Amino acid sequence: MKKNSLLFLAGVIIVLALGFLMPWLLRNPFYFFAGYVVLQYVTIATGWNILGGYAGYINFGAAGFFGAGVYLSAFLFTTFGLPLPLCILAAAIVGAILGVLMGYLTLRIQGVYFAIATLGLVVVLETIVHNISGLGGASGMAVYGPRPPAWSPGPSQYNFTVMVVIAVASVALARWVEISWIGRGLRAVRASEDAAECSGVPTLRLKLVACALSGAVLAAAGAPYPFYTSFVEPVTAFSLIIGLNAIAMPLIGGTRTWVGPVIGALLLASVQQIATVTISSELNILFVGAVLIAFVAFAPGGISDLFGRNKGRARP
Amino acid sequence: MLSIDILLNAIVTGILLGSVYASLALGLGITFGILHIPNIAHPTLVVAGAFFVYTLTQWGLDPIVAAVIGLVPFYLLGVVLYAFYSAVFERKGGANVLQSLTLFFGLSLVIEILLSLGFGSELKSVSVSYIGSSLKIGILTVPYRLLIPALLAPVTIAAVWLYLSRTSSGTAIRAVAHEERALSIAGLNPASVKRHAFGIATATAVIAGAALIMVGPIEPFAGRFQIGRVFAIVVLAGMGSIPGSLVIAIIIGIAEALVSSYLNPSWSPGVAFAILLLGLALRPQGLFGAAR
Repeated sequence: MKKNSLLFLAGVIIVLALGFLMPWLLRNPFYFFAGYVVLQYVTIATGWNILGGYAGYINFGAAGFFGAGVYLSAFLFTTFGLPLPLCILAAAIVGAILGVLMGYLTLRIQGVYFAIATLGLVVVLETIVHNISGLGGASGMAVYGPRPPAWSPGPSQYNFTVMVVIAVASVALARWVEISWIGRGLRAVRASEDAAECSGVPTLRLKLVACALSGAVLAAAGAPYPFYTSFVEPVTAFSLIIGLNAIAMPLIGGTRTWVGPVIGALLLASVQQIATVTISSELNILFVGAVLIAFVAFAPGGISDLFGRNKGRARP
Repeated sequence: MLSIDILLNAIVTGILLGSVYASLALGLGITFGILHIPNIAHPTLVVAGAFFVYTLTQWGLDPIVAAVIGLVPFYLLGVVLYAFYSAVFERKGGANVLQSLTLFFGLSLVIEILLSLGFGSELKSVSVSYIGSSLKIGILTVPYRLLIPALLAPVTIAAVWLYLSRTSSGTAIRAVAHEERALSIAGLNPASVKRHAFGIATATAVIAGAALIMVGPIEPFAGRFQIGRVFAIVVLAGMGSIPGSLVIAIIIGIAEALVSSYLNPSWSPGVAFAILLLGLALRPQGLFGAAR
């Protein structure tokens, strides 16, 4: 475990260094524009997996948390001129509160109800945003992002570097959850909630912690989005494809470890980035939906289970 | 502000809307309420039913006749869906809720995209001579395009409920969720009973689809806004209580109609979910079901 942690730390440092150096090495801003989306999905998939993968509680409302982060940071930036790091922090806090609220209302009963309630979260939040004229309502609002600091050559590159930091932080958080007592407890919840409860695992508290962390990461993933697109509107902020990818990526990559969502997100998001240039967004959703069904039906352990080191591990 | 005619009209509209919602939830009441299969693709199947009805009306058929014709292909579709579902999951010793939810989620997306590729993303509607005008009773104005679909629901629900409670194959469906082993000891094949039930549930989707497209124009992604309502209805009615679902559906319909006439119509999509969340927090076993 010690050696693994050192390796992980080295990986984190290398990725962060690349995130800061790449903008000076590669000239074409398109790479950063596309890379941002891929990293955004790494963050979303990782955040979703903390609750969905480790605890086995499926969240269909990832787009709700994401959209909440998008709108909160857009609002804080345009009205109070809050700097981007504080916007991200605020989004994470609100995401955590939303997660706890959601969990508190539904987690005491079975997982099915939690899943159904999360489906509703998106509809409810989208309805609220539609009805608040201060947030632009249905027509959306323009956000003129902050001027990039001197260490970054341009706005695309700056957003990219910010997203690298968020993605690395979320993966590190997910890894910490996985190897700490929280992860052990959540695995027990996933294997058998009744057995875990009987042997003294504080299941409700653990699930609430997972909800909070997952919500925080999902909302943080949305926080830089207004500055990436310079425009926010409800349909893209609460987009269906976000909720779909949040589930599909971890399930394709594998939900047991932090590696799975990262692999799934890198693969699927890269394919989508290439595909959106060539095919329509409808075919894109169709493709992800079909891949999702295929994996759920025929390879429920995901890619990391097919090839990876966890081959010997027993399935529940 | 609180004039009596607005209030009365809102309540009547709510009752009729609720009745339509009950027919949307009927199929889910069978798959989720009785069989415990979380079929979140059901609202999308209803939309698919609506598009089926739309296609036949383009050839000059009446929407209700079209729905009756659609019963057979939708029954078969349901049988195929369940066969796929059970081939994937039940073989491995029972389905994991997470996996079956994800499967149906993926399925509903695929259906939605296929519909929008086939029909385009514009709104589609049906026009029949008898749904154009309104029935006026005193201060009440009831549009026929709401009244006729609303009358369809109690008829379908009564038919399904009579089938489930009075016939022996209906009793087998109710039994299969309780005790599969006992059913196979009694000489029935649980898999084929469930397949049959899933077929019936999917067949109700085409009737609900006809009701939905008569009420108003529809687009391929309309199912998403119904998910909250139908699950709220099935869960709050108490799992498996099909007559109870009509009562809950009407309560939700009235709540939505009151919100849209006194607040703003754009708030009404959130109403069902708010009711569902409150209901789950306060009375998780449902209003008409026994504690589980």
